Amino acid sequence: MGIFSKRSVNDLGEKKKDMPEGLWVKCPACGESLYESALAKNMRVCTHCQHHFTLSSTERIESVVDEGSFEETELQLDSVNALGFKDYLGKVKAYQAKTGLREAVVTGRAMIDGQPVVLAIMDFRFLGASMGSVVGEKITRAIELATKEKCTVIIFSASGGARMHEGILSLMQMAKTCGALARHSEAKLPYISVLTHPTTGGVTASFATIGDLILAEPKCMIGFAGPRVVKETTHADLPPGFQTAEFMKEHGLVDMIVDRGEMRATLSKLISYIQKSKAAA
Amino acid sequence: MSIKQVLEFEKPLYKAREELDELRKKNTAKPSEKLTTQIAELEKKLATMQGDTYANLSPWQRVQIARHTSRPYMLDYAKLAFDEFVEIHGDRHIGDDNAMPGGFATINGVKVVLIGHQKGRDTKENLLRNFGSAHPEGYRKALRLMRMAEKFSLPVVSLIDTPGAFPGIGAEERNIAEAIAFNLREMMMIRTPMVAVVIGEGGSGGALGIGVTDRVLMMENAYYSVISPEGCAAILWKHREHAPEAASALKLSAQDLKELGIIDGIISEPVGGAHYDHRATAAALKTSVCDAIAELTKLSADQLLSQRYEKFRAFGQFTEVA
Repeated sequence: MGIFSKRSVNDLGEKKKDMPEGLWVKCPACGESLYESALAKNMRVCTHCQHHFTLSSTERIESVVDEGSFEETELQLDSVNALGFKDYLGKVKAYQAKTGLREAVVTGRAMIDGQPVVLAIMDFRFLGASMGSVVGEKITRAIELATKEKCTVIIFSASGGARMHEGILSLMQMAKTCGALARHSEAKLPYISVLTHPTTGGVTASFATIGDLILAEPKCMIGFAGPRVVKETTHADLPPGFQTAEFMKEHGLVDMIVDRGEMRATLSKLISYIQKSKAAA
Repeated sequence: MSIKQVLEFEKPLYKAREELDELRKKNTAKPSEKLTTQIAELEKKLATMQGDTYANLSPWQRVQIARHTSRPYMLDYAKLAFDEFVEIHGDRHIGDDNAMPGGFATINGVKVVLIGHQKGRDTKENLLRNFGSAHPEGYRKALRLMRMAEKFSLPVVSLIDTPGAFPGIGAEERNIAEAIAFNLREMMMIRTPMVAVVIGEGGSGGALGIGVTDRVLMMENAYYSVISPEGCAAILWKHREHAPEAASALKLSAQDLKELGIIDGIISEPVGGAHYDHRATAAALKTSVCDAIAELTKLSADQLLSQRYEKFRAFGQFTEVA
């Protein structure tokens, strides 16, 4: 899908590493200098303009689940260089060292207000959270686990798309994850897709857009093709706000835009409607 | 058929063929022993050249053949491999996508639903067919037809030939991503035999969007890839000129994909590629598609669905560490 280019460090909200470590962060949206500690306390939402900085998977989990309820699954899956793609594993190892993660998605069981769910959280810091075999397999296993345990699966997406380095195997993860969702759906079990910045390419064109419910964080970029590709192909000016969450909502393509601070309560409420309640463990 | 587009690596062959034609003409007009010997020598040389050129095509050369403008397209196969084709139009919502024709068809007496991407050969046709890049309405029409096939117990034949789904403003506004994703999910559950053939370009999600089938076959010189070689080269080597290296690295040829276990079979093309002989190519496709349908028809719908799921469920390579 080719959306791997131009992963701007800005998007990660981790710029200005040269500033005194951990003291100040400049908001890329409004330019305001923010106290790192205040930003962290505010779920990394700018206290001035409400810009949502990128969250790590760990921060994301903390922000939505009942404290201490997260139990990670499938941590053991690791990438191989199936195609013999030059430098691929070196790249994976570098991202493992940098992020402390083994791959671009973290999955596990958790509780949200005492309601059991299975979560999959994509972490954009890891190779642009591109989807290769491990990401596809972990997401598929998470869906299958939710099907087996008869609970809601929630996937927080963020991705540059399919992972080029695994070629066709990456493409096939789209079919694999959607297949698992087909069975989950057939069992009348809920799937909530949450789109975060940025969700593009093969992830948008697979599990991310077929939730029973689709939520999005404010102003996040959501699209199939990258804006540059669209511009080059059509030679047209892009409409204002093209491929933002707000644009998607206006076109009827997402159900709700939810501020990070409201995400947990919103998920909890929605689950209470669509998940058969069972005695919480 | 006359072939207008001469590929770079075939130029020496074309030159030799022209020379040979010239000699033959001369020999017909004024036969001589010398000419006959020359012709025999050149024929031998040409045969060796052809052998050398086509026996070991590089992935990038195959990509060029897959994109050849004289290559048989979906509607050519509809004419040559099928007894008839009754086109059905529209997604019942917004429009009819001419990049994705579909309808009822009969192949060797078997009634099926046929869908596929259609490219154009000239500017006018390409305007109509959008270079084989379908919009959301194309994928939704395809799904409508697949569901009809399920309802009326007809097998589905899907011919894949697209550089990719269309990356345009309208496509995004009408949710091209969801149109593909929805097909991926729904195709997994369609209770009728389904066969796909990548006949030319298997461009990423746009190809897969009609490719979740019980059997996936590929023409010998088709390619199937997560990203175009040019796109991959632009990202990894910072320049499209490196497309040949990218084509090799992506393992996108039918031969590589068969080895990786992604496709079920390869349909042979005439020497040089499908564009040299549409009829022979269509006949080969017909045989393979009919064989696949015959095999699949023996299975119950439950068996089909569980095998289809397991097939795609197994894709991916990874290791499990402690």
